[in-house]
Amino acid sequence: MNNSKRLLAGPYLLWMTGFIIIPLILILYYGLTDRNGAFTLANITAISTPEHMKALWLSLVLSFVSTVICLVLAYPLAMILRHRGVGQKSFIVFIFILPMWMNFLLRTLAWQTLLEKNGVINGILTMLHLPSQSLINTPGAIIFGMVYNFLPFMVLPVYNVLCKIDDNTINAARDLGASPFQTLIRIWLPLSFPGIVSGITMVFVPALTTFVISNLLGGSKILLIGNVIEQEFMKGSNWHQGSGLSLVLMIFILISMALIAKYDKNGEGSAF
Amino acid sequence: MTRTKQLIRRVWQDFYLVIIMAFLYAPIVTMMVLSFNSSKSRTQWGGFTLDWYAQMFASRNIMSALHNTLLIAFLSALIATVIGTAAAIGISSMKQVPKTLLMGITNIPMLNADIVTGISLMLAFIAFGISMGFKTILISHITFNIPYVILSVMPKLKQTSRSTYEAAMDLGAGPVYAFFKVVFPDILPGVLSGFLLAFTMSLDDFIITHFTRGAGINTLSTLIYSEVRRGIRPSMYALSTVIFLAVLALLLVSNFAPRKKA
Repeated sequence: MNNSKRLLAGPYLLWMTGFIIIPLILILYYGLTDRNGAFTLANITAISTPEHMKALWLSLVLSFVSTVICLVLAYPLAMILRHRGVGQKSFIVFIFILPMWMNFLLRTLAWQTLLEKNGVINGILTMLHLPSQSLINTPGAIIFGMVYNFLPFMVLPVYNVLCKIDDNTINAARDLGASPFQTLIRIWLPLSFPGIVSGITMVFVPALTTFVISNLLGGSKILLIGNVIEQEFMKGSNWHQGSGLSLVLMIFILISMALIAKYDKNGEGSAF
Repeated sequence: MTRTKQLIRRVWQDFYLVIIMAFLYAPIVTMMVLSFNSSKSRTQWGGFTLDWYAQMFASRNIMSALHNTLLIAFLSALIATVIGTAAAIGISSMKQVPKTLLMGITNIPMLNADIVTGISLMLAFIAFGISMGFKTILISHITFNIPYVILSVMPKLKQTSRSTYEAAMDLGAGPVYAFFKVVFPDILPGVLSGFLLAFTMSLDDFIITHFTRGAGINTLSTLIYSEVRRGIRPSMYALSTVIFLAVLALLLVSNFAPRKKA
């Protein structure tokens, strides 16, 4: 019986081989060959040109800053939610997840409306007779967009882990004389670490690789590594170069995967 | 802790929740308001109008994109649910090593960056000689949806007990009959939440669709992307409002419907 049951995974295995594993091997193939099919490392080392390095560095900085902001905003939020009554809790969590289900592009479009030169924020400033600001097409606008789009990915895993912490552990710490600060550092943070790690990777990876947010909120002057790769495929059609740069990106993704595997063994911090 | 202290703390907490909520909803509310504004300006109120909604429903581009989006979301969620549920049952009866290996493969599309998944699928379609269009979007969406279904069904399968299934077999039920009568009702909540999750993931996707769609076909996401780069038209605000309300209704039904939570 068990044998025939195992066969049920057959279609899945075929599908994933055809559409996950072979495609990844193709990226590897394109990334390591030139137009004539000869082996080369030039597509990978192309990352070291000043233009690409600048894009990669900017991506790393912006996604790092966004991840930190998300964590700083999400942790107190998850803490507050954890202490609320059951009825209130599910309602508030619902409110926070709702914008996440709205189309990703529409959410970014909304920020464009607010930040634009003739946008809503500048309109309000002018009404108050304050000088208008150039908000859009700055790295700050991109960070705004990243935090807005990816904040729920930080809140959910942290909240899920916090909910699993036993109240008695906290009470024990307080009974034994720990101050609120000590309890936070020595009890809350270590116990919620799996959720924090999973939240960090869930924000960092999409932020690092985005080209949509930078395109809509950063204008054409700010290039992130995602924009460079997208242009290689959709405009420049140098697929070998694009694949090589994707391989470089995948190094960062693999590091994140390794971190999750190390610190979140039981999938405690998964968001779904 | 004294009562006043507790009260102050409570007020601070509520204040924080309200601030974050304002951050989350300010853009959405702005778009909703602008969708009724008869002036094209974003800062001046020109009076109430439903013109942008009329324009939206009259636009063939938007309507065909909407049709594609819903059809792809439904089909990809359905096919992914069938393949994923079968896979979850198969995987859960495997030994440790193949199980870990297969779950590892399941995790790849979830943890990998969308841009890499999109590019790799595009390269594969070209290598396989599949022409880009509706088909390729559908295949891509099924691919990234299957893992969500598996991860929703697996925990439910772990909770079912083997003995009830075996009892059904002992009492003369065939394996298929026993499965649908005994195991399936137990995992149904997981299957349903997997389907819903897959459906919403498909609705939300832009990046993978962008790389695998080819010319001539649009989903809502790709349509919005090309429109926005040419300048935002108010009909986009009308569209956002409609989508927001639809998502709200869908989530209200799936979260607060009187059934046991999955």
